[in-house]
Amino acid sequence: MELIKDGKRIDGRSFDELRPIKIEAGVLKRADGSAYVEWGGNKVLAAVYGPREAQPRHIQNPTKAIVSCRYNMAAFSVSDRKRQGPDRRSVEISKIVSEALDRVIFTEQFPRATIDVYMEVLQADAGTRCTCLTAASVALADAGIPMRDFVSACAVGKVDGQIVLDLGKEEDNLGEADLPIAIMPRTGEILLLQMDGHLTMEEFNKAVTLGMNACMKIYEMQKEALMKKYTGD
Amino acid sequence: MIIMNSKNKKREIVLPGEFLGENLEPGPGVYNEGKQAYASVLGVKSVRANRVNVVPLSGRYIPKVHDCIIGTIIEVGPSSWLVDINSPYPALLHITESPWRVDFGDAAKFLNIGDAVLVKVSGVDEIKRVQVTMKDIGLRKITGGQLMEIPPSRIPRVIGKGGSMISLIKRSTKCRMFVGQNGRIWLDGGNVSTAVAAIKKIEKEAHTFGLTDAIGKYLEGK
Repeated sequence: MELIKDGKRIDGRSFDELRPIKIEAGVLKRADGSAYVEWGGNKVLAAVYGPREAQPRHIQNPTKAIVSCRYNMAAFSVSDRKRQGPDRRSVEISKIVSEALDRVIFTEQFPRATIDVYMEVLQADAGTRCTCLTAASVALADAGIPMRDFVSACAVGKVDGQIVLDLGKEEDNLGEADLPIAIMPRTGEILLLQMDGHLTMEEFNKAVTLGMNACMKIYEMQKEALMKKYTGD
Repeated sequence: MIIMNSKNKKREIVLPGEFLGENLEPGPGVYNEGKQAYASVLGVKSVRANRVNVVPLSGRYIPKVHDCIIGTIIEVGPSSWLVDINSPYPALLHITESPWRVDFGDAAKFLNIGDAVLVKVSGVDEIKRVQVTMKDIGLRKITGGQLMEIPPSRIPRVIGKGGSMISLIKRSTKCRMFVGQNGRIWLDGGNVSTAVAAIKKIEKEAHTFGLTDAIGKYLEGK
């Protein structure tokens, strides 16, 4: 299968182009904060509860809050029905997302508490962990939780020997490398960086720069979504 | 950063991590990195003298000493009660902090599970163990009336500048009211349903300007 044709990718995008993104803040009434993100074919709903008292008592940390995240894919999110319940992959994503968010939240302000983040993937189309992180950080800000900064995430990859931004489904499955990156947009500090496949050092550096620039674009959209909710325009 | 203008008043909404200024003393909702101040919560920026703070637009109630709040009893011990104060942390009310002479083991005779009380935060330690007291003017067990809950971030608007909003509602509805900092409001007597409707209106329009005037007109129309 030809993934790059006449300098264009399979879905007609250029190498450094993102898929269309829509972010909405405060979509759920019962949660303390929430966000809904559509990123290409991805549809993710994130909800935040807390800070609230950690239960059972023995998991409490007397010096800081626990950030506990759950990444879950709906049975209907992929073309073959996904068997329900946590699997190896979703446990891993839950863990890395909570570690990334733990770094930005002022957890020391809420000793003995937990901040729970639930991320539900309603439809998956490559890059769900970045979509989830993006949604989760908007939901956290919506919940009024004190944070050092936002978290903005985006994936980069290598397809047919080219470094391309924001892989689609086919590119992810048939490409040569996939590199999700999450950063704190203000400082540029990296919160998450994983790599699947192979890249040379030059390719890697090029990919990271491309990814960080894209994260800044995502950051602008996140800000816009929150401003829309809180100023009503 | 978006600036909302109304006549010559300004209100600036800031997001977590947003730059606020240099050489400013950080107040609530602000953190410093070197000389730069940044917002830590989503809220409204306000600068007074050399001090900057961000008034949050959402979030849970975090207890502070001297706050007057409304709690409900969730557990009764031999010498204390555990009080839910609508925050991540429950509060402890010791029998010696109650207005009655309570014998050891007799706590349930005075306050039982589900009872609502007006209390004042007397202490919060570094691991956020909260202590409350009923030994102050006006603090008591609530009997009768009704309770309503709104987001704690909206409470300052319900009270208004120097209590202007709350006295307006009290005057025109003849309600007896007590507004807890934790987002719980107790109302009794007078025209309760109008007062509730007015508070719901404040909650919905908390971000707008000239709210006291708008509520005044609304109450006149009722």
